[in-house]
Amino acid sequence: MNRCRLVCLVSLLFSLVACHEEKQASSSPRPPGKASYGDAIVVGSIGEPSTLLPLLASDSASRDVAGEIYNGLVRYDKNLKLEGDLAERWEISRDGLTITFHLRKGVKWHDGQPFTSRDVLYTYRITIDPKTPTAYAEDFKQVKRAEAPDPFTFRVTYAKPFAPALESWGVAILPAHLLEGKDITKSELARQPVGTGPYRIKEWVAGQKLVLESNHDYYEGRPYIDRYVYRIIPDTATMYMELKAGGLDMMGLTPVQYQRQTTTNEFLSRFNKYRYPASAYTYLGYNLRHPLFSDRRVRQALTSAINKDEIVQGVQLGMGQVAHGPYKPGTWPYNPKVKDFPYDPARARVLLAEAGWRERNGDGILVKDGKPFSFTILTNQGNDQRLKCALIIQQRLKKVGIEVKIRTIEWASFLKNFIDKGDFQAVLLGWTIGQDPDLYDVWHSSKTGPKELNFVGYKNAEMDRLIERGRGTFDQEERRRCYFRIQEILAEDQPYTFLYVPDALPVVSARFRGIEPAPAGIMHNFIRWYVPKNEQVY
Amino acid sequence: MLSYLAKRLLLMIPLLVGITIITFGVIHLAPGEPVEMQVAMNPKVSAEARERLRKFYELDKPLHVQYGKWVSRLVRLDFGRSFAPDGRPVITKIRERLPVTISLNLIVLILEFALAIPIGVMAATHRDGPLDRWTTVFVFLGFATPLFWLSLILMYLFGVKLGWLPISGLHSLGYEVHGLWWQVGDLTKHLVIPISVATFGSLAGLSRYMRTGMIEVLGQDYIMTARAKGLPERVVIYRHALRNALLPAITILGLSVPGLIGGSVIFESIFAIPGMGKLFMDGVMARDYPLVMGVLVIGAVLTLLGNLLADLAYAVADPRIRHGRERAL
Amino acid sequence: MTRRDSYLQDVVWRRFRANRFAMAGGMVVVALFVLSILAPFITPYEPNSLDAYHVLLPPSFAHWFGTDEVGRDVFTRMLYGAQISLKVGFVAIGIATLIGTVVGLVAGYYGGWLDSLLMRFVDIMFCFPTFFLILAVIALLEPSIWYIMLIIGLTGWMGVARLVRAEVLSIRERDYVLAARVIGCSDLRIIFRHILPNAVGPVLVYATLGIAGAILTESSLSFLGIGVPPPTPSWGNILASGKEFLEFAWWLFLFPGLAIMVTVLSYYLVGEGIRDAIDPRFSSRR
Repeated sequence: MNRCRLVCLVSLLFSLVACHEEKQASSSPRPPGKASYGDAIVVGSIGEPSTLLPLLASDSASRDVAGEIYNGLVRYDKNLKLEGDLAERWEISRDGLTITFHLRKGVKWHDGQPFTSRDVLYTYRITIDPKTPTAYAEDFKQVKRAEAPDPFTFRVTYAKPFAPALESWGVAILPAHLLEGKDITKSELARQPVGTGPYRIKEWVAGQKLVLESNHDYYEGRPYIDRYVYRIIPDTATMYMELKAGGLDMMGLTPVQYQRQTTTNEFLSRFNKYRYPASAYTYLGYNLRHPLFSDRRVRQALTSAINKDEIVQGVQLGMGQVAHGPYKPGTWPYNPKVKDFPYDPARARVLLAEAGWRERNGDGILVKDGKPFSFTILTNQGNDQRLKCALIIQQRLKKVGIEVKIRTIEWASFLKNFIDKGDFQAVLLGWTIGQDPDLYDVWHSSKTGPKELNFVGYKNAEMDRLIERGRGTFDQEERRRCYFRIQEILAEDQPYTFLYVPDALPVVSARFRGIEPAPAGIMHNFIRWYVPKNEQVY
Repeated sequence: MLSYLAKRLLLMIPLLVGITIITFGVIHLAPGEPVEMQVAMNPKVSAEARERLRKFYELDKPLHVQYGKWVSRLVRLDFGRSFAPDGRPVITKIRERLPVTISLNLIVLILEFALAIPIGVMAATHRDGPLDRWTTVFVFLGFATPLFWLSLILMYLFGVKLGWLPISGLHSLGYEVHGLWWQVGDLTKHLVIPISVATFGSLAGLSRYMRTGMIEVLGQDYIMTARAKGLPERVVIYRHALRNALLPAITILGLSVPGLIGGSVIFESIFAIPGMGKLFMDGVMARDYPLVMGVLVIGAVLTLLGNLLADLAYAVADPRIRHGRERAL
Repeated sequence: MTRRDSYLQDVVWRRFRANRFAMAGGMVVVALFVLSILAPFITPYEPNSLDAYHVLLPPSFAHWFGTDEVGRDVFTRMLYGAQISLKVGFVAIGIATLIGTVVGLVAGYYGGWLDSLLMRFVDIMFCFPTFFLILAVIALLEPSIWYIMLIIGLTGWMGVARLVRAEVLSIRERDYVLAARVIGCSDLRIIFRHILPNAVGPVLVYATLGIAGAILTESSLSFLGIGVPPPTPSWGNILASGKEFLEFAWWLFLFPGLAIMVTVLSYYLVGEGIRDAIDPRFSSRR
């Protein structure tokens, strides 16, 4: 759904969705017990959802909660393959232009009304309505025609084949019977949503908590856990103490918490910890319009001078892995053969010398045309991990004769004054890795304009062709070939130094059973989690 | 008296206009628009979608037009709708948060007065003695301690280590099913740490004020006279001196009124108490202009009214004071 | 005149010295100054040199206050942080005092519409939560230690202004000022020779307390992530990042908090000591 949104101020570690491949579930085994209904799960979040009309929301808290309330036509299963959700199945026409969804029958909205193709059509229309203040109209604008021939069939036709199209129908379908003809921006449904999902809203106490209760008529069956409580705890230190004191059942741990603070037997008997790569990477991006970085050898040298292992160790305490490209290790578009430049300061010096940078002034700083090699890394304020990362890089680059300054800037002005204007030398930021591997927005040369996401200004004709070919076909083999090649190009060109993919480190109270870590993380079978009767607390 | 009141009230209007213009200017000057905050770095958003959002929030109009529209709504007491995606009226959002903030602040204020006045009087009557010195250190300690530091230590100690008190929030989960007394007890347990810490932090100002006032009064002629008459020291202090020394406390009370609706964002974040401070901070960070303006205007009006109230109360309590007197801090 | 001054100073100093708590505070303040200035000679470490392989070490002989999550020596960072925190306090309050004194003098001495105008402006400034002003300005300017100082200064001068104005109003009508005016002294001379010296005491007290306040403000801003930008160490940002390690690496949280507490308390005791010492009403009965 969100293909590659920049990881914002909120650290990714607190996001539990869209994760991949479990590595270790250090559980002290408790007997599985008998699956039974009842109990509640209390989840902590640093932010409060803004609205439960997903069309209008763009924050992760809103997405988390809305995910339990609504369904889309399709969704990613635990192995990150698209499967039918409200659509039982679908067909793609031979020319790749038309998708026909066959909707599930007997699905009911929380208010008892039946779900039909009218709801899908409404969701499509309200999304592309110019009066709707939504951020998500773009994918649907590719649609040439949308029609609902009967209550359980929905058909869309595209102007040209568009691979991310299928995924885009994973958006939450809204109830037409409650919204049609009304102003969606003033709708009560923002606070009192009506969906088709496994949970329905029971109570929303502003600033404190949201309480969802299980939907007994859910089409996949009644969820075992009766209530899902979403507590808003803005401070991470408090959140951790709440977890320890038993006030929370689930949260994301920081690497230090995971490795050093939650290792006692007492803790491990009460909680299960999970660990798997998160769908995100951190990178050092170079402004390719800047003369300092226009030479590829310089960028290769910078990557050689940076010890990525040290960064994973220092920033993540080893809870993560070195990144070589924009995909998550183990996913289908990831090319395991591609390795970029390993840590090798001697090679970095050679490359820099080739590019004309030599030490002349005896101060250890490289010089070319009378100018010292000095640049500033910008990163956003409030993200400690990125700052530490920058500090480690600063120290390493100094050893090869490059002076680095670090500046942290508040998010809003960071975007406005630096990124949008292209007024920066290097940035330390992160992207989330979407399920669909399309890279159009971040790497295509047509996206280098102001306020666009290829803000480093990367332009490569071969890359453009590959990106276009990759998104223009539904053939996964064909797409894989494109993305494999793309990773080779990026590894050679080094427009970014890809740094690391952090691990997601969720922890869940040991009374919850039925958790199955999978490439998609742990939340994929949430409705099948249960607490044996004798251990229920709420 | 009435004309004085009218004059003061009239004077508030230009002040308010000044405040709104400065605020409006400052938040619009700050980089980043609400639209940016919602959609920045999101590849799904086209330039056209941004414009659509800007139009929706009327950010495409010139600044003075936006201000004019905002003021014309304000005079009808309409604070507008929040720029957050839920688009709810600002006044609703404020109303949700106010009861918690006001109740907490009121409790702290009452405790502050109940503790600081005796401390100040005691310090004054035992002037320069050990009691005076140590209470001084005590109240200053409250002021000198970073409160979030103290709070977290107490939370860890009583919440995690000893398990005596809950850590954050206002209620335990599922408190609704219990009886009233259980609920009151539950709420009390949740509030022990935050209220103790907040009260501890607030003692310095008033108690020092009381001490100064009391010492001053004790040096006055009529106290000498009372002592000379042979009245017992207790009567001198509590009947004669205290009454006059309490006058400045009234001023402080008046000045505390606007503070009642203001919450500390740090405090609220740490204890996960949904109050005005967090609402305001989130508003500023998200560039939710109508919300920020709304909170500030209400705060400014209350501040001005509080000042007025303090002056009036003082004038009523002490007729010697002429109107328009300037308060020293 | 001079003899009276030195006599007064004598009395003030004797009174201050008699106050043991104020003296203790004074010693802490001085000691801290010395320590922070001598930081490079006291500690062998650099405040910002990382060591990814020696992180979160508990206090030991090599690292008195342990190391932090990226392997920096906490004691070293606290020493250098003291420099920064004190600098923030002094510069910020210097700015506030300067602006406040000028505004207060002008308003009090000249009175009339100028006075009204300036005081209404003070009223307006008082209506804003300081935090909002700071936040707005920080959003406008890029965060740097200098802006933090400037901002705390620019949002903290109103109290001084009222204080000085009140002082000026009470002195303005005194005989010796009237006399000076009659014999044709210039405004500037009257202000600097006759009015300002009398206002110095209260302003000094206010400034001492203000420095303590600024150190606290900086720590609050750091908590919100808008204080002195790391990696530059300040007590505020050391403390704020230490809160995540409260349970496990207590040394990252305890020491900076204690340092802030003791320092701010010391400044307060000194400020109060000066206030008591210079105020004739408080001349001890003993």
